[in-house]
Amino acid sequence: MSNTSGPVAAPKSLPLILAREFASNLATPMFLIDANGILVFYNDAAAILLGKPFAEVGEIPAGEFGAVLELATPDGAAVKRRDSPAGVAFFEGRPAHATVMATAYDGMRRMYEATAYPLYGATGEMHGVISVFWEGAVVESGG
Amino acid sequence: MRVRIWGCRGSLAAPGADTVRYGGNTSCVEVRLASGHSLVLDAGTGMRPLGVLMQDDLPVELHILLTHLHLDHLQGLGFFRPLFGAGLDIRIWGPTSPVQHLGERIARYLSPPLFPVHLDDVPSNISFHDAPETAVTIGSATIRAAKVTHQGPTVGYRIEEDGRVLVYLPDHEPSLGNDLSVVPADWMSGYELARGADVLLHDAQYRDHEYGAHVGWGHSSITDTMEFANKAGVERVILFHHDPYHNDDDLEELLKDARAKWPGIPERVQLACEGMTMILDRSGVETLA
Repeated sequence: MSNTSGPVAAPKSLPLILAREFASNLATPMFLIDANGILVFYNDAAAILLGKPFAEVGEIPAGEFGAVLELATPDGAAVKRRDSPAGVAFFEGRPAHATVMATAYDGMRRMYEATAYPLYGATGEMHGVISVFWEGAVVESGG
Repeated sequence: MRVRIWGCRGSLAAPGADTVRYGGNTSCVEVRLASGHSLVLDAGTGMRPLGVLMQDDLPVELHILLTHLHLDHLQGLGFFRPLFGAGLDIRIWGPTSPVQHLGERIARYLSPPLFPVHLDDVPSNISFHDAPETAVTIGSATIRAAKVTHQGPTVGYRIEEDGRVLVYLPDHEPSLGNDLSVVPADWMSGYELARGADVLLHDAQYRDHEYGAHVGWGHSSITDTMEFANKAGVERVILFHHDPYHNDDDLEELLKDARAKWPGIPERVQLACEGMTMILDRSGVETLA
């Protein structure tokens, strides 16, 4: 029986809980952003590509996560947060796909295919964004 | 608030000599508020005897709070006598659907050929409302709903009055796809409702050895029920939604399992039974029967 003591983060909505469990049981890299724009989870498959397990990163604002990734187009132009697939899904409420370069926590810069879509509830309320991504080529090794 | 259990059987009514101690009627719980308002949690077959009593003692306002529309939570509605009281206002709350209004979904059962009377033709004034996922005030209580893991759209309810909290999660499988012993509390289905409750009525359908054959059916093993309650920090657990294949002796074995897994006072884990009545007020929680 586990302990009940200690601080607990804000309760999550059922669509987010189910999305997390879905992601946890897949080998496809995924991350989740909640309706407040907080990165609340990425799965083990994503951790391999991102170079750090989620437990070490914890819940952080998606903007902060995006800054770490240093997203860019394949030709090197910086991708603004709002223009990334997750940004489009979050701010515009529609699915989006892109090929992007990103830097992982281990300094590796890789090419990714990324698709994100918003999670809407039964009455149209937004619960967050789920983003699925696949690895392309390793572009360069940082630091 | 005064809480009385009229039905606590799950899935299907199970009358008979083997179930007399805990009862065979399906889910129905009456909550009388200090303000005189009445909440009826689910409309299982326990609603029939409740209606017989209530027709002579109608509340200030009558609210029926449905967790979901499976038949064991709905079948008593057509036999609830206040429904046939001309001019009586009855407000029915239930889970939202993106495709069909609550009244239309209920009428799929309460209409021919499944039922002789169409819901539109009953003499009381029924209104339908989405289960409140932001808190609403009904009389002297605050009510909040949240979606929880079960089959199909399902909610649980949290009822707060005078500093006391009653939580009703009769159909719930919080461990679906995860291990409750390691999942953070904020990622548990139902945690938002149940945390810190004085009394939690929770799904306890299966003994542990039975659960393996029923994963995904929307109900809990006794280990998961107790793990959930402990992580949510509740004070008192009422084991609810008894499996129709469990007789009274089986249920008492289930209770032993549950108490063995509970780190708190064993007597604060109880089996729901028909007629069980609790008073929740400033002085605490008192079980009358």
